Amino acid sequence: MLELRNITKRFGAVLANDKVSIVVEPGTIHAIVGENGAGKSTAMRIAYGFYKADEGDILVEGQVHNIKAPHDAIALGIGMVHQHFMLVDTMTVAENIVLGAEPGSAIALDLAKASVEIRRLSEEFKLAVNPSAVIEHLSVGQQQRVELMKALYRHARLLILDEPTAVLAPQEVEEFFSILRRMREQGKTVVIITHKLTEVLAISDEVTVMRDGRVVGRLQTRETNAAELARLMVGREVLLRVEKTPAKIGSSKLRVRNLSVTSRAGAKPVQDVTFDVRNGEILGIAGVEGNGQTELMEALAGLLSPSQLSGEIRIEDRDITREGARLRRELGIAHIPEDRHRRGLLLEFDLAENSILGVHYRPPIVAYASTFFDHEAIHKRASEIIEGFDVRPANPDLPARALSGGNQQKLIIGREFKVDPKLLLVSQPTRGVDIGAIEFIHRKLVDLRDSGCAVLLVSAELEEVTSLSDRLLIIHQGRIVGEVDPKVATIEEIGLLMTRGH
Amino acid sequence: MNLLRELLFPLIAVVVAFLIGGILILLIGDNPLQAYGLLFGSAFSWPVGVGYTLFYATPLIFTGLAVLVAFRCGLLNIGAEGQLYMAAFATAWVGITFANVSSWLLIPLCFIAAILGGGFWGAIPGVLKARFGSHEVINTIMLNFIAVALLSYFTQYHYKTPGDPIMQTVPIGEAAHIARLGKFIPGLPEFIPLNLAFVLALICCGLVYLFLWRTKWGYELRATGTNPTAAEYGGISVRKQIIVAMTISGALAGMVGVNEVLGYRYRYYDGFSDNYGFTGIAVALLGRNHPVGVIISALLFAILQRGGIPVDAFTEHVTKDIVQVLQGTIILFVAAEAFFRGPFAKFGLLKRSTV
Repeated sequence: MLELRNITKRFGAVLANDKVSIVVEPGTIHAIVGENGAGKSTAMRIAYGFYKADEGDILVEGQVHNIKAPHDAIALGIGMVHQHFMLVDTMTVAENIVLGAEPGSAIALDLAKASVEIRRLSEEFKLAVNPSAVIEHLSVGQQQRVELMKALYRHARLLILDEPTAVLAPQEVEEFFSILRRMREQGKTVVIITHKLTEVLAISDEVTVMRDGRVVGRLQTRETNAAELARLMVGREVLLRVEKTPAKIGSSKLRVRNLSVTSRAGAKPVQDVTFDVRNGEILGIAGVEGNGQTELMEALAGLLSPSQLSGEIRIEDRDITREGARLRRELGIAHIPEDRHRRGLLLEFDLAENSILGVHYRPPIVAYASTFFDHEAIHKRASEIIEGFDVRPANPDLPARALSGGNQQKLIIGREFKVDPKLLLVSQPTRGVDIGAIEFIHRKLVDLRDSGCAVLLVSAELEEVTSLSDRLLIIHQGRIVGEVDPKVATIEEIGLLMTRGH
Repeated sequence: MNLLRELLFPLIAVVVAFLIGGILILLIGDNPLQAYGLLFGSAFSWPVGVGYTLFYATPLIFTGLAVLVAFRCGLLNIGAEGQLYMAAFATAWVGITFANVSSWLLIPLCFIAAILGGGFWGAIPGVLKARFGSHEVINTIMLNFIAVALLSYFTQYHYKTPGDPIMQTVPIGEAAHIARLGKFIPGLPEFIPLNLAFVLALICCGLVYLFLWRTKWGYELRATGTNPTAAEYGGISVRKQIIVAMTISGALAGMVGVNEVLGYRYRYYDGFSDNYGFTGIAVALLGRNHPVGVIISALLFAILQRGGIPVDAFTEHVTKDIVQVLQGTIILFVAAEAFFRGPFAKFGLLKRSTV
């Protein structure tokens, strides 16, 4: 169906694709996997006419084609759904689908005709989209189906999907996969770009693995496994399962009693939450995103106004409910926030300046008259973090903006570990981070636990939260709806609590 | 390399402005080389040209610094004009009221008055923003009008010499005068009002630099400016930083009062400011919101101001409005940079370096 032959693409000095050859057989689901920056999106964007290859050929159904722009690709029956949807929020589903390929004459848009076609497609692929619904009222999963429909409406026979599951909740993913299988049954070909190995194994027929701009493997999915794929992606053996000894649990460090949070808009994202985090354990909180995890962590970190809180937060015996972020940090609370750009980093500042955020006002950072910075102490601290957490490039004078997401995350984690925390609040520690770095971050979290620190972990990755946690709470609509033992609980059991609350 | 990148755009802006100005002069019917010769010749002539250029630069350095400090905290202080008026009047008031106190006490008192007057007027919009979230741009503009009207009233009805047709207060005590630089520099006549406030302006540049990049307070202020939610996460009180930044900004603008009242007119003169507060915005912008850049761009604006006078007098057709054209074009180009960094960035022009 689609073949890339020796595609090479440079962005300035960076070689994004180096003689990449990919063959996608018709009527299959083909996964392209690789770490961030491996060149998988670049290759597919070239196939879609988004970029022009410096060298190499693109073959569609055995013929060499010169694809100069996306409309050339569309004419050849290739459709692409991007990671960030390209929909007009205030327009209806039908209007979005026909946008750029409007039926009827130049002056009279024939939406009725379009609606008939949309319903037919919706029926055929069981997409369940209402053509007259307005985009902004739809869930993310439904919006994604509209994107699929857009491609199908343009008679796409090959669909390229860039990280399609990144935005979906666990149960939406399963639904989405059944749509893909149905498309395959109808004779469509699907290319799915991802870095989640479980999904590759669950859905694809064939896999192409990329690393550093090169294709390093082409495999039949049923003949491979996660360990082999991970090794190909990273280039060395990777531990996929976290190895840890039983927790040596101490006394309670954090005590949360009947905590509720009222948002500025008047909503109650967290309701009557009670739990303890003890020294030497990782307490996990699992839940579908947007069920109060963000607000709970911000409340514990001291980032909400005391007037928004009711209930009690204690560190050992000290009530800190009304204390600000600075005092909480001084009591040994470190915080790895879920959104590193919004909370975690000063992107315009260099790594050295970022490495002192939160401790910038006290020795050894300030040396003279408790006011002036000690430049050497700052650089020493930054270098230690950069070395200890393998931040690349290892240059403390670079702005944080210049780092990749994974390296930014390592910098934040390094900074928070550097304060020798007594309690670590950590949200989505490996979001958007490569497999190799994920392993490293998990190892560090377990080491910290073993040193006696209390850790509270929130993650949308069910696998991550079950494998790391010693105890696991489930949050649903701002309430703790259950506690399970992550060693024995099944994914189904946890998933049910996450979605239904009982 | 980094420095070069920072300097590149302001430099282009200035060069292009002079080219456009040159074409304009040609169209009007004069020789651009002659006009520019007059402009620079006059601004750099020793001692009178240099003396006046530096004198004109003094208030612009102060207001440029004022805008810079607020900007580094993510705030746009349009109110330097009102702040410097309040400070100048406070300075004059101390100089008049305590006219008989010795210099050693009176001059520091006047300095404190300038700092407090400007700082207070800057702190008001800071507090309003921190407490109620009301926008500092609106509030600083409004406070400019209030300051001007209030001080005209006090000048007219309480502090004027009776019968004086000019809107100015009675003079301050002689003990409050600060020395003109002509006293120290051979060949520089003392009638040129360039005074110790210029030295003070340079010192302030150094202090602002040290404060912003070498102290924990400056760090907190800049962190708030670049990402308030991350600053909050780092235990920094954003509200406090907003108030601190606006107060310091106002105090810096207030130092114009020292130059004006203690070093130049020795009284408060109603409406003395030649839009120093507003030009300060352009000075800070052209100077890349860096103290060294502020010195350079304040000098450039002062050169234009000084050099415009002979251009007006000694050319056939060109008036000193040409200076406004040059200033306007420079500002337009510097402001346009945001645009160049935006949609044009994808063509590789001025792209931010990423590794």
